[in-house]
Amino acid sequence: MARKVEGTTMTEENQAQVTPMQQIEPQHHADKAPRESLVTVDDVTVKYSGSTAVEGVTFDIATNEITALIGASGCGKSTLLRCINRMNDLIPGAEVTGTINYKGVDLYGEKIDPVQVRKLIGMVFQKPNPFPKSIYDNVAFGPRVLGIKEDLDEIVEKSLRRASLWDEVKNRLNSSALGMSGGQQQRLCIARAIATSPDVILMDEPCSALDPISTGRIEDLMEELKTRYTIVIVTHNMQQAARVSDKTAFFTVNVNEDDKRFGQLVEFDDTEKIFTNPSDQRTEDYVTGKVG
Amino acid sequence: MKSIGASAARNELESRHRDFFERGFMLALIFSLGIGIIALVTLILQVLVEGFPRLNSELLTNFPSGNPEIAGAQSAIMGTIWVIGVTAAFTIPVGIGAAIYLEEYADKERWWNRFIELNLQNLAAVPAIVYGILGLAFIVRGFLGLGQTVLAAGLTLGLLVLPIVIISSREAIKAVPDTIRQGAYALGATRWQTVRRQVLPASIPGIATGTILALSRAIGEAAPLILIGGLTFITFNPESVNSNFTVLPIQIFNWVSRPQDEFRVLAAAAIVVLLVILLAMNALAIFLRNKYQRKY
Amino acid sequence: MEATEMRTTEDLQMKQLMVVRPRYGELLIQALLGLCAIVSIVTTVGIVLALVEPSIEFFSEVSLKEFFTGVNWAPLFNPPSFGVIPLITGTLVTTFWALAVCLPFGLGAATYLSEYASPRTRSILKPVLEVLAGIPTVVYGFFALTFVTPLLQDIWLVGEGPGVFNALSAGLVMGVMILPTIASLSEDAMSAVPGGLREGALALGSNKAQVSTRVVIPAALSGIVAGFVLGVSRAVGETMIVLVAAGSTPNLSLNPLEAMQTMTGFIASAGLGDQPTGSIGFKTIFAVGAALFAITFVMNMFSIRLVRKYREVYE
Repeated sequence: MARKVEGTTMTEENQAQVTPMQQIEPQHHADKAPRESLVTVDDVTVKYSGSTAVEGVTFDIATNEITALIGASGCGKSTLLRCINRMNDLIPGAEVTGTINYKGVDLYGEKIDPVQVRKLIGMVFQKPNPFPKSIYDNVAFGPRVLGIKEDLDEIVEKSLRRASLWDEVKNRLNSSALGMSGGQQQRLCIARAIATSPDVILMDEPCSALDPISTGRIEDLMEELKTRYTIVIVTHNMQQAARVSDKTAFFTVNVNEDDKRFGQLVEFDDTEKIFTNPSDQRTEDYVTGKVG
Repeated sequence: MKSIGASAARNELESRHRDFFERGFMLALIFSLGIGIIALVTLILQVLVEGFPRLNSELLTNFPSGNPEIAGAQSAIMGTIWVIGVTAAFTIPVGIGAAIYLEEYADKERWWNRFIELNLQNLAAVPAIVYGILGLAFIVRGFLGLGQTVLAAGLTLGLLVLPIVIISSREAIKAVPDTIRQGAYALGATRWQTVRRQVLPASIPGIATGTILALSRAIGEAAPLILIGGLTFITFNPESVNSNFTVLPIQIFNWVSRPQDEFRVLAAAAIVVLLVILLAMNALAIFLRNKYQRKY
Repeated sequence: MEATEMRTTEDLQMKQLMVVRPRYGELLIQALLGLCAIVSIVTTVGIVLALVEPSIEFFSEVSLKEFFTGVNWAPLFNPPSFGVIPLITGTLVTTFWALAVCLPFGLGAATYLSEYASPRTRSILKPVLEVLAGIPTVVYGFFALTFVTPLLQDIWLVGEGPGVFNALSAGLVMGVMILPTIASLSEDAMSAVPGGLREGALALGSNKAQVSTRVVIPAALSGIVAGFVLGVSRAVGETMIVLVAAGSTPNLSLNPLEAMQTMTGFIASAGLGDQPTGSIGFKTIFAVGAALFAITFVMNMFSIRLVRKYREVYE
């Protein structure tokens, strides 16, 4: 599976930086002082109508880093991502146990309002999903639902600039977002997420519906964004995880005694370590392409 | 296997007896469809021809009268407008509200929501005249006791078409892709913000189309209004929702049931007026559907 | 935008994530929308209540035996007579002739639209059928009385032709009115049959006619039957066509050339004369209405069940 994705996303220009793993810029060595944890995921299990989707996941998400969640289909990485901003609440029958702390606050605590959580923890989806409205209205939607009426123009411009989309769309802010290319739409969705000034941006396979060039642009953008935001990305594409992330969590599919499939976290470590010297055999098999 | 000659192969492949059955079957099918279309064309031509002598402005400006020469349908036309106005004012907000509740809020696993669903499907198939009985018992007399008024008629027809409005609005809301809702929720929108700012604007064309078709059904309905007293001889236009009323289909029924041929001509002419109104509404619905059809 | 730096203490975090106060507006809106949905329940309850109470009163004055076995229907005469059988036979006769038109032709039209018509043809023909379904019933009544009945009288060859008011022309026109309902429901069911089944049969050398009659129609049968049952329910409940074209004489006869009164026809003509609340005439409307509602309710439920069944199979 991952092989196939890899094949379709490689281009001549980024091939060079992809193939030799050793060339990954060693930004965060393990010996470097650990960054502050912004979100801690502790023994989280998600069930849909009683059947387990992902079980017993524990890892920390550090501030201003990119954390990648990788693994085969059905390993529960998207499910887990959707717990972090409580999007799973919207699925009838979804049940989350364990704790997810955000700056020390339990996101599933009794008094916590999922709507507020989603304002601080934004999300970008697998398929670009711009609203069937103008480019401007797409970006302004978040601030508007927050009740912000002043300086909307400024927020929209700033968000579009940060999503490196401003120059492409500044002359057609009032035209429909549905007329943009797929890559532009996805950057618009990123701009839309930024506009509510979140701390964390969750990205659920943001490039899986895009061509290699658009993918490259989004990856560059993520690199820029991490100076301001903490990013968690789910990806099928191991090369992408290797290119952009600081930490990587590798998930796998297990089968329980009732023959039901569920996901589990195998290994969480610095991306460099995961891709060059993983501790678990299953991780090694996956990243070297033996399985998956 | 022995190879067969070209002519033998052709014979096999052409097999005429099958062709004959196939053609006969298809002709029968086309005839089936044709019956409906022929009936429609005949009906329209017949009312046009029959009503032609009275298709004049007096039909629209005069009031009903015992003298067919001067009788017109003005009070019926105005009555129809008033009654449908009430129907629309009641059924559009309630119907859309119910559709939003059922699609966006209700937990479909709960038995009461499934019950509402089943109940709606049944209501859509309850005979129109039964709604007339309901209107007679609780709206004209009994609980609401509104009398034989525009308001009573509008509410009765509103209940009659409510299931249609709800069902078609639900279809329109269902057609809005879930990714739109997810996108809105992920930005910290509440449920109502998501509905009002994203789901409703995206589904309004579909809702409008269904609602117009439902109202055009109400415009043509006569049976329930007979029960709630629409057949009184009315020679004035309604002045408020508390006025007595008559409507076009009732006026048509009144004229049809008279023995004199002159009244039949009047009935045909009034039918033309009614059909033109319905045609205009249908055209509007189709226009809306085509113009705003969204491609996600 | 740069609020990130400001949020430092856990306290502030907690405050931001907490529900400051319940969203009363949201709750109010949800309650209002729920109320809208409940209107449909209230309608059903209202119908049942409206029918039950006067019916009970009616049956305290008229025995069930007289109502259901009597062969003379004259509730507004003196002395009155309350045998409902003539109204039921009237309903059966008009419904029968409606079905004679709409069952075969509705199914035929559905088969053509689903199996033969190109998408383009279908997109033209379906709206035409919808127009047919959108014509007011009083217009159909007019058509039956002033066109179909004279036509039948003209072309009638043997014996005495149909009278001015007769069940036949009312039934036939009703059949045309119901045809789109049956065609559309049957077509839905036939379109839901997976293409693989058709291709399998075609690959075995069947032609389209055989595929339609031996594969698609049997596979779609429960949906088609659902359409038929709904069609019957509509025929039984139809009022204006029979009121205008079938006459208003209760008549215990199966001869469609005669004038007849149906259950709906009786309710409407009794409603024409303003019946005072509480009078036996008033209560009669409700008793017949209750019988009508019960009959159509059973058929509707049966039909809804069948539709759900075939949806479960293919969706």
